[in-house]
Amino acid sequence: MGMRFAAGGGREGWIRTALTAAGVALGVAVLLIGASVPTLMDAWHGREKARENLGQEHPPKAGDRTVLYSPADTTFHGERIRGRLIRPDGAHPPVPPGIRRLPGPGRMLVSPALHKLLASPEGALLRDRLHYTTAGVIGDEGLQGPQELTYVAQSDTLRERDGYRVDHFGKSWDPAPMRAPAVVLVIMTCVALMTPVMVFIGTSVRFGNERRERRLAALRLVGADVPTTRRIASGEALFGSLLGLLGGGALFLAARQLASVITLWEINVFPSDVTPALLPAALIVLLVPSAAVLVTLLAQRGITVEPLGIVRNRPPVRRRLWWRLVLPIAGVLLLFPLTREQPWHDTPLNTVRLAAGSTLLLFGVTALLPWLVDAVVGRLRGGPVPWQLAVRRLQLSSGSATRAVSGITVAVAGAIAIHMLMTGMQAGYQAAYAKSGRIPQIGFWGSAADWPQTQQALTSLRATPGVTKVRGTVIANIGRLPAAGVDTSRDVPSTVALGSCAELNRLVHVPSCRDGDVFIAAPAREAARDIGLAPGATIDLNPPRDYGERTAPRPWTIPRAARPAPSRALSDARPFAYDLLVTPAALGADRLSSPDQELRVDFDRSTPDAVEHIRNTAARINPSMFESSSIDNPHDKQYGGVRNALFLGAVITLLLIGAGLIISTVEQLHERRRLLSTLDAYGTRRATLGWSVLWQTTLPVILGLALALACGLTLGALLLVITGSGVTVDWPVVAGMAGIGAAVILFVTALSLPPLWRMMRPEGLRTE
Amino acid sequence: MSIGHTLLGLLESGPRHGYDLKRAFDEHFGQDRPLHYGQVYSTMSRLLKNGLVEVDAVEAGAGPERKRYAITDAGITDVAQWLARPEKPEPYLQSTLYTKIVLALLTGRDAAELLDTQRTEHLRLMRGLTERKRSGDLADQLICDHALFHLEADLRWLELTAARLDKLAEAVRT
Amino acid sequence: MTPEGSLLAAEGLSKAYGPTPALDGADFSVHPGEVVAVMGPSGSGKSTLLHCLAGIVAPDRGTVRYGPHTLTGLTDAQRSALRRTDFGFVFQFGQLVPELTCLENVALPLRLNGTRRKDAERQARDWLEQLEVEGAAGQRPGEISGGQGQRVAVARALATRPRVIFADEPTGALDSLNGERVLTLLTNAARDTNAAVVLVTHEARVAAYSDREIVVRDGRVKDMAGRI
Repeated sequence: MGMRFAAGGGREGWIRTALTAAGVALGVAVLLIGASVPTLMDAWHGREKARENLGQEHPPKAGDRTVLYSPADTTFHGERIRGRLIRPDGAHPPVPPGIRRLPGPGRMLVSPALHKLLASPEGALLRDRLHYTTAGVIGDEGLQGPQELTYVAQSDTLRERDGYRVDHFGKSWDPAPMRAPAVVLVIMTCVALMTPVMVFIGTSVRFGNERRERRLAALRLVGADVPTTRRIASGEALFGSLLGLLGGGALFLAARQLASVITLWEINVFPSDVTPALLPAALIVLLVPSAAVLVTLLAQRGITVEPLGIVRNRPPVRRRLWWRLVLPIAGVLLLFPLTREQPWHDTPLNTVRLAAGSTLLLFGVTALLPWLVDAVVGRLRGGPVPWQLAVRRLQLSSGSATRAVSGITVAVAGAIAIHMLMTGMQAGYQAAYAKSGRIPQIGFWGSAADWPQTQQALTSLRATPGVTKVRGTVIANIGRLPAAGVDTSRDVPSTVALGSCAELNRLVHVPSCRDGDVFIAAPAREAARDIGLAPGATIDLNPPRDYGERTAPRPWTIPRAARPAPSRALSDARPFAYDLLVTPAALGADRLSSPDQELRVDFDRSTPDAVEHIRNTAARINPSMFESSSIDNPHDKQYGGVRNALFLGAVITLLLIGAGLIISTVEQLHERRRLLSTLDAYGTRRATLGWSVLWQTTLPVILGLALALACGLTLGALLLVITGSGVTVDWPVVAGMAGIGAAVILFVTALSLPPLWRMMRPEGLRTE
Repeated sequence: MSIGHTLLGLLESGPRHGYDLKRAFDEHFGQDRPLHYGQVYSTMSRLLKNGLVEVDAVEAGAGPERKRYAITDAGITDVAQWLARPEKPEPYLQSTLYTKIVLALLTGRDAAELLDTQRTEHLRLMRGLTERKRSGDLADQLICDHALFHLEADLRWLELTAARLDKLAEAVRT
Repeated sequence: MTPEGSLLAAEGLSKAYGPTPALDGADFSVHPGEVVAVMGPSGSGKSTLLHCLAGIVAPDRGTVRYGPHTLTGLTDAQRSALRRTDFGFVFQFGQLVPELTCLENVALPLRLNGTRRKDAERQARDWLEQLEVEGAAGQRPGEISGGQGQRVAVARALATRPRVIFADEPTGALDSLNGERVLTLLTNAARDTNAAVVLVTHEARVAAYSDREIVVRDGRVKDMAGRI
């Protein structure tokens, strides 16, 4: 019967039901997305696992079924591109998923996104870098997500020392455990997203409640008894929430199509990956309608529907403070001990404490708000007429306004807490980048063959547009010769740098230098003192690289003519890390143990695309070289994305709650159209009543926002302490949230004014 | 109630026999007390004497029932004056007021006018009573209230009658 | 033409709601200190006449003069201002602001006129006393009886010492005794302040409190005293 009422209640009945359904649908969609996160992450990790091989413990011998494999990642305009170079050893090499056959020599397979980028005008510079012929596109099962930029290329020039040999793809390895801030962030996001959704569903179910209750009274008049009215009310709520459930499902299906264009925390997945796990999905389907009925019944408990109207069993009762404080205090008490446990330990107990503490704190806000509104409004006196009207109205019944606003409060508090956490983490990253990224410099690392090749690399880099300064040497580890009772694998390795006099002069002061000279950096670093670097000393050029590793010693005696050379302060403020400096004639690169070339390139920021030109040059030198740079702060973008998402979520929530507020305001206006007409007859200015509506909305929203700020900042600060980050308040976001709150107030008032003015017309005075 | 004015009013729509007059009177006003023939003829002879009616025609065969009466100009004026004159407000006026309204309708006059006139007369009395009540003692107030409520009842009945005029008009004219 | 010495006069008022004419060439006038009852059957246009006279509704045709002003020529804001300062209103029910106390309700029109809160509430208290409901001052309209509420409404209508008081069925929702008391208090107060009262009613006993009555029928006014 309730369903029939909900569906057949005329236009107004439909609007009410539609709003409830819309609110529930939004909530359900968010819940479903939340329930899809584990599946999504499994799919995402799973595809990465299936296509990767990070190197085998026992490298296979070259054969028919092996392939030489090397990462050749690069960055283009801040976008990371995953690259893999391959060179099959035989006719039957292993093939990663998503690829039918490995590309032929000089050819590559690319992901669709990369294909598009390469084909676009912006991709011109990248085409130079990835100079292979595109032979095909990698299938979806070979990609982590639809937006991933990746390629697999067969390179003739891939040398043994640049890569490693594999005989299969797919690795069995567990993802590295997430760092504490990330865990806290994920938990917080879940809590902060779910809590307002739950509060919101609760609020949505009660949209347009006053009207509904009055209709129930009319039903009592024609003979319905109390249980019947309860059943009808529950039926209506059930109908709305079932519609909402269907709508939520549809919304979810529509929203997940967006998955392919959204990248959050560098995670981008296929729409089909966004599939809720069965158990949570079943819970949502069961619990949301039950919760709707429960909320309605609870609300009904507070009132008695009499034939002639609604009797509220709770006339302005003094709201008690103590139990309302229990929730947030319990939350803080749960969180506080965690702040002393440094660093954060990711134990199940801690996780539960964190989630429970945050949830209690956020729910505590909803419990505190009615009390706060009562307490504050009850103390307000006097003021101009509109203010007096609004305050008195709230004093008499603040319930419906407060209920709507509590949704805002939780959402904003949660958003602020998450945002503070992110800002805090971001501040850490930014400090690091501020230090290292101040100087426009890129470094490249790769295996070195001999000095002339490195010299050539330096020359070509110096010829690249935008480059101002380049330094580069071949470096390798050196150690002391093994002796009885000494485990040289536990030594801190020292470094030898090999380069021409000109190159060495960029690292140390060498007033006179000829090829064949050897220098010892002064003052000596601890590692150098340990192995006894001195003219005439014999050292090992092939020291063990790993604990317990035994290598055949390759002794070399430092010439007696070796001179001390004072180290220079490096322009990029990097620690000076060289102990022995040799010229090519003194020591050939071939004698060093897996020598690397280290190239550091300073450039001029004002030259357009200097970075990309340098990367192109580096790729020509050796595509397997690693780039180390502080040019692109990847966190900035990801942070920006999350910030946008948070704001979007906050805006949508606030808009919906604003819609709820408008409904209750307009209903209330409708109820008192006669009074409004009377006031108009008395010559009350429209502005006076308009201001009163504004204040009536403003007061609860401002109190709610204030409480949200207090709660959000507290929660955020606690979380930052827990994650060991410095506590910083992100005032722009606080201002942004306050701005959104103000916008909601204006939005509600603006939309309430036309009905207000319509109600003020003298038609309301007519009795016949 | 004035039978003479009533019969005059009935004649306004056209000449009638004495027998017709009795039938019309009984139909509209005589629910409780039908008119005797004797009353009709004695009244008609008085009206004839006063020049308010005249004998229009006498049909073959003697006897008073054969006379057909018609109203004179003086008769029409007399009816109009009677209708326009408000009755002194007093209890149980209904029958007179009712007769007046029906006659007003039958003669195509404005019944609302009649009601308004009567209301003004009533209100004049009621104002006096209200003023007396304002300054009087409890006994005065009680007496005045009694009169006021009765007068109000008359007026309410008048209002109701006015509201029903349209329906009544149809019923009367058919 | 305005009758000699009249305070508020209307001529040829016409007003239609949709296709139904509510007023069709109505004339009206009232003198200072005069109580005029507006009578007539339901739907005859009594309330519409009151709304036009008070400047709540703008007539389609005709003029309303109040002292030197021509109401029909004023803007909406000017008419509002005039209603605030010069007119008072009593309606049948539902006119008190439920969340304000009775004292604040009476003080409301004064405050709308710009009187300071303290002064407004002091004057309001005097009016409540005069209407014999000083005990309701601190209570809300929902907590008092209908008779008390209507007295508070009269107090509110009188609070600004208006020149014209418009009362639309002011006792419609009251029993006889309360109704008479309210009318006595209202008309006494109006006489004391030489204010005109336009009293819309369908009850003769209520109309008996007037000095003269007019009848509205089919949108036209009939002045039973023979005046325009």
